[in-house]
Amino acid sequence: MDYSQFLMMPQEIGLLIVFLLVFIYDTFMPARAQRFLPIFTTILFAIYTAFSFIPCQMGELFGGMMETNPATWVMKCILNIGVFIVFLQAIKWTNEDFVSVRRGEFYELILLTLFGMFLMISSRHFLLFVIGLETASLPIAALTAFEKRHYESHEAAAKYIFTAIFSSAIFMLGISFVYGMSGSLYFNDIANALSLISSKSILLFVAVAFVIAGVGFKLSLVPFHQWTADVYQGAPTAVTSYLSVISKGAAAFAFLIILVQVFGSAYHQVWEWMLYAIIILTITIGNLFAIRQHNLKRFLAFSSISQAGYIMLGVIAASTVGMASMIYYILVYIFSNLAAFGVIAAIERQTGKVTMDDYNGLFKTNPWMAFTMMLAMFSLGGIPPFAGFFSKFFIFVGAASTGSVAIYVLVFIALVNTIISLYYYLLVVKAMFIRQDECAIPYIDSHWTEELGMTISVMGIIAVGIASNVYTFMSQISDSVIHIFHLI
Amino acid sequence: MEIFNNILIYFVIVPLLTILGLAFCSNRGIGAVRAVAVAGATVLMALAGYLVYLFLQARGAGDTSEMILCSEVTWYAPLNIKLALGVDGVSVVMILLSAFIVFAGVFASWKMDPLPKQFFLWFFLLSTGVFGFFISIDLFTMFMFYEVALIPMYLLIGVWGSGNKNYSAMKLTLMLMGGSAFLMLGIIGIYFHSSADGQWTMNILEIAKNDAIPHSWQMWLFPLTFIGFGVLGAMFPFHTWSPDGHASAPTAVSMLHAGVLMKLGGYGCFRIAIYLMPFAANELGWIFLTLTGISIVYGAFSACVQTDLKYINAYSSVSHCGMVLFAVLMFNTTAMTGAVLQMLSHGLMTALFFALIGMIYGRTHTRDIRDMGGLMHIMPYLGVGYVLAGLASLGLPGLSGFVAEMTIFVGSYMHTDIFHRVLTIAATCSIVITAVYILRVVAKLLFGDVQNEHHRELTDASWEERLSTATLIIAVAIIGCFPNFFVNIISDSFLPIVGALENAAHAAGVM
Repeated sequence: MDYSQFLMMPQEIGLLIVFLLVFIYDTFMPARAQRFLPIFTTILFAIYTAFSFIPCQMGELFGGMMETNPATWVMKCILNIGVFIVFLQAIKWTNEDFVSVRRGEFYELILLTLFGMFLMISSRHFLLFVIGLETASLPIAALTAFEKRHYESHEAAAKYIFTAIFSSAIFMLGISFVYGMSGSLYFNDIANALSLISSKSILLFVAVAFVIAGVGFKLSLVPFHQWTADVYQGAPTAVTSYLSVISKGAAAFAFLIILVQVFGSAYHQVWEWMLYAIIILTITIGNLFAIRQHNLKRFLAFSSISQAGYIMLGVIAASTVGMASMIYYILVYIFSNLAAFGVIAAIERQTGKVTMDDYNGLFKTNPWMAFTMMLAMFSLGGIPPFAGFFSKFFIFVGAASTGSVAIYVLVFIALVNTIISLYYYLLVVKAMFIRQDECAIPYIDSHWTEELGMTISVMGIIAVGIASNVYTFMSQISDSVIHIFHLI
Repeated sequence: MEIFNNILIYFVIVPLLTILGLAFCSNRGIGAVRAVAVAGATVLMALAGYLVYLFLQARGAGDTSEMILCSEVTWYAPLNIKLALGVDGVSVVMILLSAFIVFAGVFASWKMDPLPKQFFLWFFLLSTGVFGFFISIDLFTMFMFYEVALIPMYLLIGVWGSGNKNYSAMKLTLMLMGGSAFLMLGIIGIYFHSSADGQWTMNILEIAKNDAIPHSWQMWLFPLTFIGFGVLGAMFPFHTWSPDGHASAPTAVSMLHAGVLMKLGGYGCFRIAIYLMPFAANELGWIFLTLTGISIVYGAFSACVQTDLKYINAYSSVSHCGMVLFAVLMFNTTAMTGAVLQMLSHGLMTALFFALIGMIYGRTHTRDIRDMGGLMHIMPYLGVGYVLAGLASLGLPGLSGFVAEMTIFVGSYMHTDIFHRVLTIAATCSIVITAVYILRVVAKLLFGDVQNEHHRELTDASWEERLSTATLIIAVAIIGCFPNFFVNIISDSFLPIVGALENAAHAAGVM
């Protein structure tokens, strides 16, 4: 075996090293040193994140089962940044009494799921993809159940594990159909075999539908979204933020790769229209349900459902412009959502309050937190000059670049939905800035790590839009992997 | 960077610096906040004056290019989005107008309470958006600045407003954002048809030069963009945000919003919708012309039956802004020049109205004309100001309203067909209705009996209020007395637009 090919996957190897170091620290260090495990992990991860930006040799590994290319590299870097912010915001929480005995598990499981997502992103073989999918899904159930003393946490974990297993089963059934049609599990071989099959084949149709359903569960696309709100609400906030941005971002990218690289030849006849319907449903239903939420975690759950719909606009474009816009959207979404979750986590940790009415008058007592939350809401709602505006605009441009009138209609529906979403994002702003409350949340003395996490997110929200280099860079990256789209 | 040699970019940088300066002010004490705000507004005024001088000099030197002071820097290279700057006569006078109103607005909100610092922060963010919109000639940056100008409205009304402010703020924001949703789709559509050879561009001048948007696409991109801007221009039936929003907004915000922000709508209508899609403008103009005709008459009638001073003014704004769009849709240089004069005139006079209403409200704590009367004796300065604003509004010669309306009606009467004649006559009637509601208010509010004995103890305007209103009154009078100065700046700007329309009509006739 040619061991030099491991050099082509430095990000995965680095992640495993971080994981092993954390594991060794957790297992062998004395009890009094355990208090420093979170900060140790975070610093280690920060170093690893910095190193993961170094471009490396890229190409096919393991006989074509896995491929690293500039796009996967950039996607993994983005996920690393997100996980780093999640870690920062979780340090204080993991050292609290009820959680502290299991804090090692929190970090190890997150690192493992991240490894699974890396496999999903890079795999070019369905076997490896399923391994990645399972590695990325199952430990999250354990993470969701992390708050042992909370009933909701258990309920959420149970819901998550059932849906995860169920969706995996559907996904694998879909793959077995594909295998039956093509006789291979390699993406390229399948694509070649499928291009010879009539796209009117019912089997192909069912297979694509099952694959979309399987990944749709992870992305919480409507109608596979039912678990989202309960799980987001029940899980500890650190896990919710991880679930809502990192897990979703990785799944979205993998989804793009599968649909384009495997089923690219069936784009027009089969999955474009499935995705078309799913996007409309996802954006609209996510938005309509978000309006009625009072618990902010549930609120962000539905908002993230509709955001997933916007991300899918980059998939339906099935072009390099769409891919660049999608990666950019995910980056911006990570910053915006993590800023919001940072505020929610800090306030929840100290006061236990998570409903929108609790935030009344927050601006008077915690101006900086209110400001962070406002920027997050504006960015999610797509208000310039914050990054969310640019990402929305580019993803619409990406979708519209296909040029068909139907896609323009889709973009129009999405645009109308941004108005609805703006309404509920403004409700949060209204609670914080306009409504007054005698017993508003008192001044929160947040830990410096939480503040650092929020600051990075806020800087991301402000800078990523105005500094055009980010999008330009992603555009170049996407152009360099144009071979992915050769079937469209 | 080269772009910093262009004076235009400073219209965005100065408000941003003001915001930065305000951010460093202490939360306690209003002195520093006032100083920074006044400094920012004054510098903007000076810049605007200098820009007019530069423009006149360039035109005097025989520079006949469509836009002057052009410069661009690439922003998003993959999509060919540039930060492209440039002004023509219309933009120059709109920038001048904005600078005036920002200046007057700062003084009108001198005693802002609570949170003066935050108020001015948002106020200057709003002006950043306004100035940015007028200096851009790139669709994307224009649209971005347009939205930058919209969102501070929510907090400005929500936090500092009065009355049913939560409802009004949300309604205004969502309706205007709804308009911008149309607009965004329109812009994306224009972008992907901006050139025949796939070299897509966002630059307005290039798109107009390429003239490559297929007619079938124009037929639905034109309504999208026109409605998008029409919502902001308070075109019937998309005007309903305007009365509620203006009634709830604090004084300076009403001034800036009615005075400048609504002009963004009219400006965008001819700069983007009509200029870039002349074929569809010729074909579909009559629909929007009818709507604006309804706006004019409907707004005027609605103003007659209101009793809240701000509602009266808001409906009168609907009527006057309808006049702007009405004139723009006449597609000839005379009427379009009148449209810009009307924008100037209405901007200044509405700002004056709202400033005076804010000052009266600050003293009497009511805006209901039934509860007030005889204020002319009690506060003569404010009373005279109100009468002057009213006379400008109903079109007294010597003040700005007359010049604008006269030009518009002369321009619109150039169309000889029945349809245009009927609409013109209907629109002309609105002048009479305007006189009705203005004189009704003036009679009741200023010359009637004193309704409330407590009002006798009220004081007249303070120095900053006098400064704020005097600036606007003088400007109104200058436009009224020396309209030629402005007409000379403006009128050339419409030649390319009218030329594009004629070409399109000619091409359609040949086919």
